[in-house]
Amino acid sequence: MTDRDRYPGYDVLAKRHSLSWNDATRKAMDARLGVPREPRFLSQAEWATLVAICERIVPQPTSRPPVPLAGYIDQKLNDDARSGFRNAALPPQREAWKKGLAAFEAEARLRHDMSFHCLDGERQDELLRCAEAGRSDASAWDGMEASLFFSEHVMNDIIAAYYAHPTSWNEIGFGGPAGPRGYVRMRRNRRDPWEPVEAGSGDEARVRRENMRVR
Amino acid sequence: MSDDPMTTPRAMRGRAPDVFHPGGWVPMKEYPQREPVDFVVIGTGAGGGPLIARLAERGYAVIGFDAGPYFRPLEDFASDETSQSQLFWTDERLVDGANPLRLGSNNSGRAVGGSTVHYAMVSLRFRPEWFKSRTLLGYGADWPLDWQEMWRYYAQAERDLAIAGPVSYPWGPKRPRYPYRAHEINGAAEVLARGAEAMGYQWAETPLATVSAPRGESPPCVYRGFCRVGCSTNAKQSQLVTYIPRALAAGAEIRDLAMVGRIAVDAAGRACGVHYHRNGAWHFQAARNVIVAGYAIETPRLLLNSATDRFPEGLANGSGLVGRYLMTQSNQAVYGVMDEIVRWNKGPPSLTITEHWNYEDRKDFHGGYCWMAQGPLPVEWSAALSGSRRLWGAALREKMGDYNHQVGLKMVGEMLPHFDNRVSLADETDRYGLPIARVTYSWHDNDKAMIQHALGEMQRSLELVGARDIWRQENDTNHLAGTARMGSDGKSSVVDADCRSWDIPNLWICDGSVFPTTGGVNPSLTITAIALRTADRICELHRAGDLRF
Ligand SMILES: Cc1cc2nc3c(=O)[nH]c(=O)nc-3n(C[C@H](O)[C@H](O)[C@H](O)COP(=O)(O)OP(=O)(O)OC[C@H]3O[C@@H](n4cnc5c(N)ncnc54)[C@H](O)[C@@H]3O)c2cc1C
Ligand code: SF4
Repeated sequence: MTDRDRYPGYDVLAKRHSLSWNDATRKAMDARLGVPREPRFLSQAEWATLVAICERIVPQPTSRPPVPLAGYIDQKLNDDARSGFRNAALPPQREAWKKGLAAFEAEARLRHDMSFHCLDGERQDELLRCAEAGRSDASAWDGMEASLFFSEHVMNDIIAAYYAHPTSWNEIGFGGPAGPRGYVRMRRNRRDPWEPVEAGSGDEARVRRENMRVR
Repeated sequence: MSDDPMTTPRAMRGRAPDVFHPGGWVPMKEYPQREPVDFVVIGTGAGGGPLIARLAERGYAVIGFDAGPYFRPLEDFASDETSQSQLFWTDERLVDGANPLRLGSNNSGRAVGGSTVHYAMVSLRFRPEWFKSRTLLGYGADWPLDWQEMWRYYAQAERDLAIAGPVSYPWGPKRPRYPYRAHEINGAAEVLARGAEAMGYQWAETPLATVSAPRGESPPCVYRGFCRVGCSTNAKQSQLVTYIPRALAAGAEIRDLAMVGRIAVDAAGRACGVHYHRNGAWHFQAARNVIVAGYAIETPRLLLNSATDRFPEGLANGSGLVGRYLMTQSNQAVYGVMDEIVRWNKGPPSLTITEHWNYEDRKDFHGGYCWMAQGPLPVEWSAALSGSRRLWGAALREKMGDYNHQVGLKMVGEMLPHFDNRVSLADETDRYGLPIARVTYSWHDNDKAMIQHALGEMQRSLELVGARDIWRQENDTNHLAGTARMGSDGKSSVVDADCRSWDIPNLWICDGSVFPTTGGVNPSLTITAIALRTADRICELHRAGDLRF
């Protein structure tokens, strides 16, 4: 995958000690960055399937440490942190995730005689797309609606975990935490000095230098 | 002792948090449980907050209960979408129907101050005709309220909340100047303005409940844009920093982390107190009057969960309408990409508005809608983008890269009341052992026609300002209303114009659930205006001898 660096040199964490962060934010970010890298709720086998799914839902460049997405899902399940509503056709989230991971594994075995996490990316995508479209093998899903699980959990939970991580904010040029300082320059094409600069073609080196100064 | 507001109550031992000073406290009166207080108010949000304050200011003994924590915004609130989910009602609720609602962060707060702690502060008045939409516009149901009287209470609410708005508002009958000047608009809001002008529609700076200049201990808004996950500067005029401090100063007590599980009724069929869970145990508070203000899901749930032999269908439910006529508002959007850098997350999310289609009746569906500028934070934005466009993998990351160029217009539209859209009790129970709510919702033809109309209009507006890569978010809904509608008789409604239940004279309901129709604007200011009116009416009824103490 070609990854254009739109905000070269920008690191939102460099603002940690600026007026854009308060103690509550530092505490929340420390917890975010310290997510366990080993499963506490899921089994090793479920974890392997989950890691593989996360890599397909949000593929990440190899040029920087990846956001440990599976860790956030396991943490959410371990804490049983819920969203406040559940489609009546789905079981509670812990059960839903366990069932869903087992289903992807069962389908991989059924169709390819291999573990999901051992399949190549294309085949994994194909199984994910089948679930998304509700074309999965019902016998593997034990009564759970695959497309609903895919949209409510696979998509929602994994994508939310990625865009809650500072690494993704660097990528999209989001200013990140902003209290108590806030912003001053509100209009289009205006930038506060504590916001990143977007690189155009050919000015990457200059932009990188400028973004290194963003605090 | 732990100072985690999520697990340990803070309003205790004669004091409550001083939200304006880190570590500070203000004195708080405490009432004994055995002796009945004049009023127990369940819920401290848009409806409960002003009621508690006004009743205490009139000299009544009042306790406000909230299932949620008592936050200190200056210390507790991070600039972070994910960790701030502490503000939302995240206990399980089941959703079904043809268009299951999304709850939690979308519309359900749980905190002292209720959903106003995380709301987007948009503070609008109803179009006058909506109070008689059945008679004057041919749809929905009439309210038993008079718009001119409401106009006075709107003005009072706008003063109490120091609303910042334009010098003259383009739609509807004359209204006084907003107490604070309008906020500067951001790049995304300017796109709405240019688009509206290109269509020949009027637009305005959105009246907002965040101050544009200092007010008491609130500093002016600093445009950090995290309003929907809590304002860490206290610029936002939520009930937590307005009516609740007033209530405490006037002698009200607040009980935080206090979940009311049941309203008790005596042998004469009158409400006599509440059973509530706090500090790990159930307690009973005696009361002469009980006012429910838990919003459109928890209010009917509590009334249904309080069923007795005498009231087997739940309290105040002689009409069978408790939980019925639930309404949400359509919240569809159209998004596009601009060549310039916009950075739409700067400032409150909805700085400009057009109410054109609320006041224009030449259309082929009932009800009205407005649209506003948008500025979602990354997690919310990624959910909209991935959910609506079915994007994942490399394609999602690519589109997310346009974040700082993105603009959007989002409607708030009037969905019509339907008997079958409802809140009922499920078989599952929550951590207190109480049956949880089942929320059933389906869109009807009129709702769908309005949504398509609005999407077409918003799309045209974005095309006219030169946005590219335009797409429609077809599925979103937001605010809730209905489930304990007010009306003019006990057969077709749950409460009267004074928010008093028809069945039990000392049981009142005063929150978003009393709306018979929901209008094409955000509901909070109307909820607050009704609560201010109800407080006045209670005093009048008391003076007239129509209230027993
Ligand atoms: C993200 C978001 C943005 C919004 N933006 C706007 C906006 O810009 N403008 C606008 O007008 N509206 C907005 N709203 C909607 C607005 O917040 C609500 O309509 C309004 O707050 C509802 O008022 P209420 O008094 O009925 O209930 P709430 O304000 O929700 O208060 C209810 C309170 O009751 C408590 N409670 C419930 N049941 C119990 C019980 N059994 N025991 C104890 N306590 C209980 C809850 O914990 C809660 O704190 C927004 C909502 C959300 C979620
Ligand atoms: S933009 Fe203003 S109201 Fe919103 S969180 Fe920031 S200071 Fe508060």
